[in-house]
Amino acid sequence: MVIEGPTGLVEVEEGVHIIPGANTIITSIDKVANWARTSAIWPMTFGLACCAIEMMTTGSSHYDLDRFGIIFRGSPRQADCIIIAGTITKKMAPIIRRVYDQMPEPRYVIAMGSCACSGNIYDTYSTVQGADKFLPVDVFIPGCPPRPEALMDGLIKLQEKMKQESFRWSMWR
Amino acid sequence: MDPITPGSYMPTEYLPILIIMIAAFLFGAVSLLVGSVFRISRPYREKLMPYESGINPVGEPRQQFSVKFYIIAMLFVVFDVEAVFLYPWALVFDRIGLYALIEMLLFIAILVAGYIYAWKKEAFTWD
Repeated sequence: MVIEGPTGLVEVEEGVHIIPGANTIITSIDKVANWARTSAIWPMTFGLACCAIEMMTTGSSHYDLDRFGIIFRGSPRQADCIIIAGTITKKMAPIIRRVYDQMPEPRYVIAMGSCACSGNIYDTYSTVQGADKFLPVDVFIPGCPPRPEALMDGLIKLQEKMKQESFRWSMWR
Repeated sequence: MDPITPGSYMPTEYLPILIIMIAAFLFGAVSLLVGSVFRISRPYREKLMPYESGINPVGEPRQQFSVKFYIIAMLFVVFDVEAVFLYPWALVFDRIGLYALIEMLLFIAILVAGYIYAWKKEAFTWD
């Protein structure tokens, strides 16, 4: 909490000021937009293998993801990020790429589990060695499978990444 | 009150309705316009393709569908309009009395004739 000199503004966190007594917050569009986007990440679930079970567990009541605003969407057209949970086979890779292409921007990719991060122990003729071979991955969550707490930690890291984003919000910037 | 000359009547009690109609229109229009100014737009061929679980779309997008949906919709419209006529009749029935009852029974009898026709023509069977 920092009180700025003659104006009397109170800086609550970096870049967010409150006018005391006026119930007003002064901040930047980047901060408001990023706050809105991080509070409602809607992932497109791409559960391929065992990590999908952990993802389902994380979404259900014991480790609830709904309290983060995370609602799983079935269509890439309505999704912010895609969680690739499971082993990626060479046959499945173009499908994942097409689904990623059909997501509207801004979009993020989370590679959940060791198979999606690097192929895990399956260095075989049929397995793609990691999602980053054909997709721009934002967050890697290692584990076989990663615990639900680890998936939540990965989503929180994605939120931290989103908070640093700064787009051209109009044609004049 | 001003003397009402032809062409000068202003129904001022309805002004709030006009304001709310304009507000409702602006609510939608401004949301869409502001969105289109601030939106990121980077279209490319694969993004614009119709979504079909990640594969190239197969088959025709348009399919035939069965005429029974049309028949159900038509029956619904007819009997719903009949119900709409029954509501105000039910409200003033006690003030009109026997005359109203006979009139409405005639009306319902005509519609019952149509109902029996639809029944015999098997419009009510689904399969």
